[in-house]
Amino acid sequence: MPDFRLSPEHEDLRKTVEAFAHDVVAPVIGDFYEREEFPYDIVRQMGDMGLFGLPFPEEYGGMGGDYFALCLAIEELARVDSSVAITLEAGVSLGAMPIYRFGTEEQKQRWLPELTSGRMLGAFGLTESSSGSDAGDIATTAVRDGDEWVVNGAKVFITNSGTDITGLVTVTARTGTDEAGRPEISAILVPSGTPGFTVAPKYSKVGWNASDTHELFFDDVRVPAENLVGERGRGYAQFLRILDEGRIAIAALAVGLSQGCVDESVAYANSRQAFGKPIGRNQAMSFKIADMEARTHVGRLAYYEAGARLLAGEPFKHQAAIAKLVATEDAVTNAREATQIFGGYGFMNEYPVARFWRDSKVLEVGEGTSEVQRMLIARELGVG
Amino acid sequence: MKIAVCVKQVPDTWAEKKLTDADRTLDRESADGVMNELDEYAVEEALLLTEASGGEVVAVSMGPDKAEETVRKALQMGADSGIHIVDDSLHGSDAIATSLVLSKVLADKGFDLIIFGSESTDARMSVVPAMVAERLGVPQMTFANKVEVAGETLKIQRQTEYGYDEVESSTPAVVSVVEKINEPRYPSFKGIMAAKKKPIETVTVADAGVDAGQVGLAAAWSQVDQFSERPPKAAGVKIEDDGSGGVKIAEYLSEQKFI
Ligand SMILES: Cc1cc2nc3c(=O)[nH]c(=O)nc-3n(C[C@H](O)[C@H](O)[C@H](O)COP(=O)(O)OP(=O)(O)OC[C@H]3O[C@@H](n4cnc5c(N)ncnc54)[C@H](O)[C@@H]3O)c2cc1C
Ligand SMILES: Cc1cc2nc3c(=O)[nH]c(=O)nc-3n(C[C@H](O)[C@H](O)[C@H](O)COP(=O)(O)OP(=O)(O)OC[C@H]3O[C@@H](n4cnc5c(N)ncnc54)[C@H](O)[C@@H]3O)c2cc1C
Repeated sequence: MPDFRLSPEHEDLRKTVEAFAHDVVAPVIGDFYEREEFPYDIVRQMGDMGLFGLPFPEEYGGMGGDYFALCLAIEELARVDSSVAITLEAGVSLGAMPIYRFGTEEQKQRWLPELTSGRMLGAFGLTESSSGSDAGDIATTAVRDGDEWVVNGAKVFITNSGTDITGLVTVTARTGTDEAGRPEISAILVPSGTPGFTVAPKYSKVGWNASDTHELFFDDVRVPAENLVGERGRGYAQFLRILDEGRIAIAALAVGLSQGCVDESVAYANSRQAFGKPIGRNQAMSFKIADMEARTHVGRLAYYEAGARLLAGEPFKHQAAIAKLVATEDAVTNAREATQIFGGYGFMNEYPVARFWRDSKVLEVGEGTSEVQRMLIARELGVG
Repeated sequence: MKIAVCVKQVPDTWAEKKLTDADRTLDRESADGVMNELDEYAVEEALLLTEASGGEVVAVSMGPDKAEETVRKALQMGADSGIHIVDDSLHGSDAIATSLVLSKVLADKGFDLIIFGSESTDARMSVVPAMVAERLGVPQMTFANKVEVAGETLKIQRQTEYGYDEVESSTPAVVSVVEKINEPRYPSFKGIMAAKKKPIETVTVADAGVDAGQVGLAAAWSQVDQFSERPPKAAGVKIEDDGSGGVKIAEYLSEQKFI
């Protein structure tokens, strides 16, 4: 029989992050969000707890845990706030993971101890203004000149790319053309502050307002030849692998948001009075919450199973795509229902459910849109 | 430096606390158990002291089977080993009995410091540290918001209502800490994994050299005879401001003995 109960260590981690999110994040995050400010002190404490090192071995400053442990931490954070959850998700899964999986020993020694401790954040720049879902169709180039790569181009919507503690961004760039005339894509590590690398002012976003997102420009940016991450020409395949596991983490984030909607709604439905009784006594309200709970539970099972396959070294792409699709679309639904339960207060930014509603939308877009997930699932089924 | 930290398992701070109907002691089943919050500060202080100048931290808890979780939590934070005092006869023990058992277990083990929280969140007597110090015949350096050890000299800042006193003693000593002293760490995953391999010694009342008749509900100096639910929150008082609002609020507050 499959067993979806957590091991005692995973459960202890989950509880620890739950307490942290409740005690440290919840009381202050609304203010950061309102001011659109990055919560450095919270991120520092997440680093001190080892969250940024969860899936990495101790020799690189990691916690010796696994990717599933990371997902549990992301879920518990997102239950309270998505900005800090995506900061962790992107920092680990997009910032540090490419270096850990594909980098040279020197690159790992140089960057991972800082990244896994949370003292430094890394970013991953894939998306461009005219290429998102079709991420192979990029215009950014990297040309080899002697011992250096010269990078030119621009990236959009890059998470964690412009904080005071951002140390690097790994970008995908064209490094040539293969025999068949297709672009050859490679990944190049660009340290923050390299001349010619500029970070645009932060976006005005609908949600994730305490998370850091920027457009990046590369103007004759020169980095040493050894900043190539992984093999030349393997950049596309590498980021597909990174995105595959990232989907499990985004599903976990979505489940956290869905659970947060349930937590808030139960409390509110039991206390808010209308027509002389708590609104939760109306079946129209209690059934909404029952449905929200059911969606959350199913999303959690979906990401647990994809995560279990990943840990077991089995194929997990298909399950990860399903988990991401179901959990994120359900998160949008839960956020819509939760704000409905809150009535007018649900439209006021000071209520967490309003934040959840604003934060939920992007889940259907980032790290592969819902349509892209459906394309992947349908392709595996041999349709079309 | 060898440090013992006394940690108590209490019902989750957010949970509603209940007494059992059977013997009017705390219903420990109805709420999740957590480490008493101030005891997290005590563990943190012990870890900071040993991280700075070397040594060993032993977490000690007296409580039912479940209290092992609280010892384990201290180990996850970084303590080296644990002692769990568990015995059916301890059920219903008062502060006097608790301090007796703790002091018997702590005596003659070569601890330089024994660190406590200054108060539990359930019974809130704030007396156990002083009682243990008295029983062991060592200085009681209570309500510390700062602790410094140099050789065999211990200096603390004792928090008072108006500021703090500087107090100095020799070691060994008992210290109790207040919340201002530090920011307790959350266990890391590495700490959680490492704690699985750390030893927890289980000690009974007999092992501690205490007679079972001296502990438990029957031996408690006071017993709860009766209790009733806290009355529901009364409606607030509304004061219309007709120009004398300030005075009326002040009168109300003084009536209620707030000012
Ligand atoms: C807050 C935020 C943070 C982000 N962080 C990062 C980051 O750190 N790094 C990074 O590289 N990127 C990041 N992104 C970018 C994100 O991954 C892309 O926005 C996403 O992949 C979609 O790409 P696009 O915006 O170009 O949309 P498009 O690809 O232009 O898609 C537009 C619409 O067309 C649909 N569509 C496209 N192709 C098809 C098709 N074949 N069939 C059916 N429908 C199709 C899409 O599903 C979508 O609905 C971030 C985005 C946001 C909003
Ligand atoms: C519901 C309820 C009913 C009670 N009824 C009675 C009664 O009828 N008669 C009676 O005399 N007493 C009664 N008590 C008191 C209670 O049993 C004692 O107060 C308790 O054993 C220890 O005191 P404290 O928790 O107030 O400790 P405090 O002095 O407030 O605790 C200070 C510190 O001492 C340490 N410490 C305390 N307890 C332990 C422990 N078990 N293991 C390790 N370290 C510890 C911790 O470091 C703690 O931070 C009752 C308590 C409760 C919650």
